[in-house]
Amino acid sequence: MNDELLIAGVPVRSRLITGSGKYRDESIIKDVLEAAQCDIITIALRRIDFDSPQENILKNIPSGKVLLPNTSGARNAEEAVRIARLARAMGCGNWVKIEVINDQKYLLPDNHETVLATEILSRDGFVVLPYMSPDLSAARRMVDAGAAVVMPLGAPIGSNRGLQTRELLEIIISEIDIPVIVDAGIGKPSHAAEAMELGADAVLLNTAIASSDDPVAMARAFRLAVEAGRTAYLAGMAGVSKTARASSPLTGFLDN
Amino acid sequence: MPFTGIISKYDSFDFDSYCDGVTSQKVKNILSRKQISEMDFLALLSPAASQHLEEMAQRAMELTRGHFGNAVVIFTPLYISNYCRNTCPYCSFAAQHHINRRHLSVDEVEKEAENIARTGIRHILVLTGESKEKASVEYLESAVRVLRKWFSTISIEVYPLQEQEYGKVIEVGVDGLTIYQETYNIPLYKELHKGGPKSNYEFRLLAPERACRQGIRQVTVGALLGLYNWRSESFFTALHAAYLQKQFPSVEVSVSFPRLRPLAGDFQVKYPVNDRQFVQIMTATRIFLNSAGITISTRESENFRNSVLPLGITKVSAGTSTAVGGHSGNPSTTQFEIADSRDVSRMRTDLMRMGFQPVMHDWNRKYLEGESCKS
Amino acid sequence: MSIRIILNGVPEEVSSGMTMLGFLQSRSINPSHVVVEVNKSIVNRERFADLTLNENDLVEVLRFVGGG
Repeated sequence: MNDELLIAGVPVRSRLITGSGKYRDESIIKDVLEAAQCDIITIALRRIDFDSPQENILKNIPSGKVLLPNTSGARNAEEAVRIARLARAMGCGNWVKIEVINDQKYLLPDNHETVLATEILSRDGFVVLPYMSPDLSAARRMVDAGAAVVMPLGAPIGSNRGLQTRELLEIIISEIDIPVIVDAGIGKPSHAAEAMELGADAVLLNTAIASSDDPVAMARAFRLAVEAGRTAYLAGMAGVSKTARASSPLTGFLDN
Repeated sequence: MPFTGIISKYDSFDFDSYCDGVTSQKVKNILSRKQISEMDFLALLSPAASQHLEEMAQRAMELTRGHFGNAVVIFTPLYISNYCRNTCPYCSFAAQHHINRRHLSVDEVEKEAENIARTGIRHILVLTGESKEKASVEYLESAVRVLRKWFSTISIEVYPLQEQEYGKVIEVGVDGLTIYQETYNIPLYKELHKGGPKSNYEFRLLAPERACRQGIRQVTVGALLGLYNWRSESFFTALHAAYLQKQFPSVEVSVSFPRLRPLAGDFQVKYPVNDRQFVQIMTATRIFLNSAGITISTRESENFRNSVLPLGITKVSAGTSTAVGGHSGNPSTTQFEIADSRDVSRMRTDLMRMGFQPVMHDWNRKYLEGESCKS
Repeated sequence: MSIRIILNGVPEEVSSGMTMLGFLQSRSINPSHVVVEVNKSIVNRERFADLTLNENDLVEVLRFVGGG
């Protein structure tokens, strides 16, 4: 059975997307990607450090991967648009993860500014993957604005607390027709499996792998978890059975 | 894509064959899921599922209580004109029947309205036959303007209008639209509606969408049970409701399951739906569409209506007359025989006795306009 | 002769007549690993050799780093 994930018409082999941040040693990223078997990796754009001019994350990312620059640092739509355009000028593709955060305490995204940026960038030819707080009407606006997917958070960035927003994620997965990728908050492979069991199309995580003692092994664990969750979802789970209610029958009248 | 695109996907689908293949285990699995898919819904219409009716009923009741509480809205239908150009063989008002035709003047509409409002009704459903000369859009607008003085919510159940026409009637005060496709089966539809403007299947099917685009607040869809295979009709009804909820998230979508009743004529009901099947359809629909309203009319008897109320009913009619002028004397022929003749006051008492909360007044657009409310 | 530019937010002295390409090379920066913005406008890589830096230019030189 063909269970292919398509993002903006591009077939994506793996439903696990990883980030390249927070690594103690970035040279391990290549092995992490291999273990995770993932095709898409997020990166960020920053000012060059003139004291280490040769530093370049791309050296650690094998060719053939889809690079997904994020707009981290942007506090509003205008800044996100600027960063996206700069990233595209690098010549490595036109995908962008919109990340607009003007809350330094919780790092929660600003849905309103994200919709604005989505609209401008999708009209400008970008493949837009907006990171958002799971709000159904905001998600609908992202779709209308031209997003290729929506990426609602499970819990605040780096918190590793799992799917705290489960109810809202389920609603978004149910109502939104473009791919839904759970991004942020996934701390354990079981969280990733859970997201896939709920029907998410993919998951994006960074901290849980990068800050693990053995990132390569953790990447493999996540790969297996995503596969397990997806397979279970497609198999159709039996669900939790409820205890029978002790009340008088509602359909007794049909026997008369 | 419009709903026509969705229906056509099932052109050669064999509903009965699918349902015959559904096992008891599959039904159990579906009943324990939080949200079910359309094929799950169809599986709940299977023979296997009919062995789990009590479970379905319990689940339906739970879901209804969770979303609607115990509230049941009471409304009355108001027939203002039964002139009709269509030739539907299952309806008393069809053009070929020589019946007592009546058409209320705007003053007469007001008289009916006054009498109905006195019983406590604030939700009115206005019905006409399909006659652009007698029941023109302008006539509807005039009637609605007058009705606004007496009722908080006005719904219409009339022939399908053009989009701008919906816009006009919504502007003067229409909040809701009820329109039944009669049968979703295209060949049968064409056979039953050869004469008159109703022969246009697609125009009728897409009417709810047109009204939604013009800002209608409530829509009720359904099929006339008895015309065709009840599994496919209920399936398409549910799909239609789900489609409208998805496309127009701010619209209150409801469904109804009108069963063909004896009428002035000898139309044979080829696919009768018995009470058990009705309950199966109703509970399966509630399980699939947690938040859609379910209306039941006085086509059904008092006992039956009372029995199915807890399974998901959210709107009932009372004090009904299906005759034009039925509330003010000199009534026309009725559209169908009423099986529950309870007046509003009795309906309210019965509802409360059964543990429900009768709701007379649910919404009034005056809240948006800043006028002071009369009632 | 030198001119003053604002480079990544910090004032810098560079030789007058310096091109963008020349500047990058002088700092051992591989032009294909960076994006450049001058006075809020993105500069296409092909133009690095033609673009001359002027007094008070706001220059941003950015590259990809790890991120989530």
